[in-house]
Amino acid sequence: MAPESQPMFDTDEIVLNMGPQHPSTHGVLRVVLRLDGERVVGSDVVIGYLHRGIEKLCENRDWTQIVLLTDRMDYVAAATNNVGYCQTVEKLMSIEVPRRARYLRTIMCELQRIASHCLWLGTHAMDIGAMTVFLYAFRERELILDLFEEYCGARLTYNSMRIGGLPLDIPPGWDKKVLAFCDIMDTKLVEYEQLLTHNRIWLERTKGVGVISAEEAVAIGLSGPPLRGSGVKHDIRKDEPYAAYDEMQFEVPVGEAGDTYDRYLVRIEEFRQSVKIIRQAIEGLPEGPITGKVPRLIKPPAGETYHAIESPKGELGYFIAADGKSTAPYRFRVRPPSFCNLQALPRLIQGHLVADVVALIGSVDVVLGEVDR
Amino acid sequence: MAEEPKAPASPAGTPSAKPAPAVRKPAAAVAPTGPVDPAPADDVEVPAWLVALQAAIPDGVTQLTYWVGDWTVIVPAGRLLEVGRHLHTGGFDFCSDVTATDWPLRAQRFDMIYALYSIRDRNRVRIKVRVGEDETVPSVCGLWPAANWLEREVYDMFGVNITGHPDRRRILMPDDWQGHPQRKDYPLEGPGELLMENPLDWLRLKQAAQEADIE
Repeated sequence: MAPESQPMFDTDEIVLNMGPQHPSTHGVLRVVLRLDGERVVGSDVVIGYLHRGIEKLCENRDWTQIVLLTDRMDYVAAATNNVGYCQTVEKLMSIEVPRRARYLRTIMCELQRIASHCLWLGTHAMDIGAMTVFLYAFRERELILDLFEEYCGARLTYNSMRIGGLPLDIPPGWDKKVLAFCDIMDTKLVEYEQLLTHNRIWLERTKGVGVISAEEAVAIGLSGPPLRGSGVKHDIRKDEPYAAYDEMQFEVPVGEAGDTYDRYLVRIEEFRQSVKIIRQAIEGLPEGPITGKVPRLIKPPAGETYHAIESPKGELGYFIAADGKSTAPYRFRVRPPSFCNLQALPRLIQGHLVADVVALIGSVDVVLGEVDR
Repeated sequence: MAEEPKAPASPAGTPSAKPAPAVRKPAAAVAPTGPVDPAPADDVEVPAWLVALQAAIPDGVTQLTYWVGDWTVIVPAGRLLEVGRHLHTGGFDFCSDVTATDWPLRAQRFDMIYALYSIRDRNRVRIKVRVGEDETVPSVCGLWPAANWLEREVYDMFGVNITGHPDRRRILMPDDWQGHPQRKDYPLEGPGELLMENPLDWLRLKQAAQEADIE
């Protein structure tokens, strides 16, 4: 069977199942790898293990009940999902949100971005072997969860937005605590970078791994930090500002090489920009109401819209069709950033070693609750 | 299994003049037959790239709709790739989303919806293609590779017949799953045994129950 030129030892390709229960797949993700020795020559990503039918469920719930279902998608950045949904309904109903609510939404979104990136940094570094960073990053994430607990009583699934504004104003002294957290975060970021940015093992494991060019990244539908790591300056917070982002001063960091290291650098810089945005928003926090003029019965006129926001993972879009009669959306569709980013995984891991697959799953930063919905 | 919907038991002999409370039937009937697709108002200016699209492919755009700031072009299935190619070369290089809506009372029951974005010009547009259950729609994976998984999800959830797709498998549901969960006639509580074994019988029973309900 083997041609004459083949070496004496057996060189068959083997198929390796990675997952669905594997500590480095961040949930229930299964990657079927076709290996030539240690090298990946083909792969198939199998998802759906966490499919709960959230879209179908939302089509059978009231407009107001959906907010807490959106929490269950990207559960490490639940408030961002809430904001995206509420803004889409507000767009359908042409509700104006008061300025104070828009500022508070900005603060929450950025706190969630830091929390999500902390989780990403900790798990990504631990996948590659840097145990310390995991403990450091989770320590800071805990502070954010405490802040949210004080605001709305929950630590993960906040249900923290309402159509037209917010359910509650911030408790007294909360803004001071957020500012104190910003100071802590500034110093801790230096620690993270000391541990990783110039660490020789980290550089070896991430530089030149999973390179994707800008054109390819756009074509395959990457968004968020993985897209910016390839040098495409696209951030919905800047390009189509929502909440109070048009009043904030911040930079959009982009990478050059499009490898795992640049995606890491982009996210580290996003930490800094988020802290900067939170400081501005707290300092400029206007007084006023926190809820706009919302009718008692929420029933948007018949029509369809697509609205996207920049979640920590990428472009989080909601496509909602209302029929104008019922108190539930006729069609509720989420464009999950993790799902679309994960699509690039087979392309990224092609030709790399099995150990790099672990690094690349971490580098794409997926949450399986959002991939499968 | 499926019981006849019982007539509400009349409240026997309560002499007081209070009329029997109207039994609220579950909202069964009046399902909308299709989206509104409103034409742009007179004071809304059609952007130049849409005018150019209409000029370049005159019969490609059957309808232009505008709602809360979103532009949608309705395109016949045969012209989808042509319109897509024109938009792609015109800057719409990012395929945000591919999804569908199900309007079971309409002859062509599905709307395929392609949400496109231009990173250069920061524009958004949606392409909408009406597809019947036994009709086909070409895959746009050749233009936007990002549509690969998204179209798989549409196939999985709605059963839209997408042709030319490089890898048309189910994506979220198990491979041996019967039915397409996001269709409007698929029950929220799951298929149950009857649907899994014999979907046609299940549908007939359901329709009979609905008709009895309307009467």
